Amino acid sequence: MAAPITIHLEFGGGAELLFSGVKKHHMTLPSQSQPWDMKQLLVWIQQNLLKERPELFVQGDSVRPGILVLINDADWELLGELDYQLQDKDNIVFISTLHGG
Amino acid sequence: MAQEVCSLKAQLREKEKEIADLKNKLAQLEKSHTSTLELRDRVTPLTPLKAKASLSNEDIMRYSRQLILPELGVQGQLNISKTSVLIVGCGGLGCPLAQYLAAAGIGHLGLLDYDEVELSNLHRQVLHGEDNLGQAKALSAACAVRRLNSTVECIPYHLQLSSENALQLIQQYDIVADCSDNVPTRYLVNDACVLSGKPLVSASALRMEGQLAVYNYHGGPCYRCLYPVPPPPETVTNCSDGGVLGVVPGIMGCFQALEVLKIASGQGSSCGQQLVIFDAQDARFRCIKLRPRQAGCVVCGENPSITHLADYESFCGSAATDKCRKLNLLSRDQRITVQDYKSVMDSTEPHLLLDVRPPVEVDICHLPCSVNIPLSSLEERKIEHLQLLQERIRQVKQQMAGDCLPPVYVICKMGNDSQKAVQVLENLSGSEVDSIMVKDISGGLMAWAKTIDPTFPQY
Ligand SMILES: [Zn+2]
Repeated sequence: MAAPITIHLEFGGGAELLFSGVKKHHMTLPSQSQPWDMKQLLVWIQQNLLKERPELFVQGDSVRPGILVLINDADWELLGELDYQLQDKDNIVFISTLHGG
Repeated sequence: MAQEVCSLKAQLREKEKEIADLKNKLAQLEKSHTSTLELRDRVTPLTPLKAKASLSNEDIMRYSRQLILPELGVQGQLNISKTSVLIVGCGGLGCPLAQYLAAAGIGHLGLLDYDEVELSNLHRQVLHGEDNLGQAKALSAACAVRRLNSTVECIPYHLQLSSENALQLIQQYDIVADCSDNVPTRYLVNDACVLSGKPLVSASALRMEGQLAVYNYHGGPCYRCLYPVPPPPETVTNCSDGGVLGVVPGIMGCFQALEVLKIASGQGSSCGQQLVIFDAQDARFRCIKLRPRQAGCVVCGENPSITHLADYESFCGSAATDKCRKLNLLSRDQRITVQDYKSVMDSTEPHLLLDVRPPVEVDICHLPCSVNIPLSSLEERKIEHLQLLQERIRQVKQQMAGDCLPPVYVICKMGNDSQKAVQVLENLSGSEVDSIMVKDISGGLMAWAKTIDPTFPQY
């Protein structure tokens, strides 16, 4: 069994509007047999935080195009994207790309 | 007494003539001043910059405070003076960027914008003034830059960047700055920069946030490496819908100027594989390490499939402007015109007028007797708002004779959200609230202001 972990979730660039405008969320992920990975986190967010219009946040089993995922201030592409295994106290940011000028 | 009046009148006439002459002279001067700034409506070849061998005494005085920086020095200044920069978009980002590049003594400054100056631009597009309303933004920006530093050669382009002209234009410049306001233009500029091997200093801003990165620079990623697939159009918010505090693009445009000047002077940018995120609410910058250039990237990867510029509007599913799209979700009998609604209002026929804008916009202006329930509350079926709706429907019903359905007219700013609200209300009708007859007021409050009540504020 993997112990429960606490993570710091952040939404920005407008993505927070899907979460009642709240940018920062302190979350505890329950213990489960396998360690948590990003793929499971996305499902968990959908089930526990995202109430309306999931298509504006996820597409398939990943985030929708135009949302950048950052793990501890690095592009998640550098860390294995969906396969990244979450560590206790990780900081995960979902940021929507801005286009205005 | 009468004599004194006569003499004063004569003096006044004299002075008035003097003023008229001065005004004429000034107008002539201003005309000749701007006429040397030739506004281009197509891409034409640039006269190449002659590299300066040394700085003049005037240069030394003008740039002295930056010349004595060891990071810059004489060589850095000479490098800046022989660099040409193209600014795509003379809006909230482009204005401060152009201003600082010109002040620092950049060689050539290409200023591109297809748009004209509007009153609602002035809070953030700080090179334009009240006198420039209606003028091409590129020309207005060029005139302002010219006043600041006449030694900078400005080339204003009043045109839409397109697949046909982008390569020819971008090839003529050393560095490109993306200050545009829409998704298709961002992909177009990226691809043109990759195909012509130019660094792209890119920034964007919305509401209270900004983002900046330098693409296609020293082997780093391009915009497509990061965003291979464009976002669904309905997830993209522009400044006229989402709002923006003017100083936020101001800060990001200044940041772009910094990175352009570092590249131009030879110091180099440190944002080549880095994304800078600015949160104005928390007053915080955050630097993100980005992925490297992607081998599979369709434009900068190992086997690129994009070798020429294609149709970016259809690739992104949206137009290359930040003007609002007009949705068409309803059939004709589900909509009425503002004129029709005016008749309803004048006839004092019992009805409910539902304004579905966010409260912050209702505070700016609203029609009397309207009830505000934001679209988002309807979509979420917020219980207190459904109760309010039900109560108001019941009130209308009490005023009505017979058993017609109570009419509900829905209004918003432009007539897009109100159509979505009509769809939601039709689902609620007869289930969560009493049965109603619901119609959209086509074109919304802005159409009302344009055709019914010119004193109604537009925003
Ligand atoms: Zn690329």
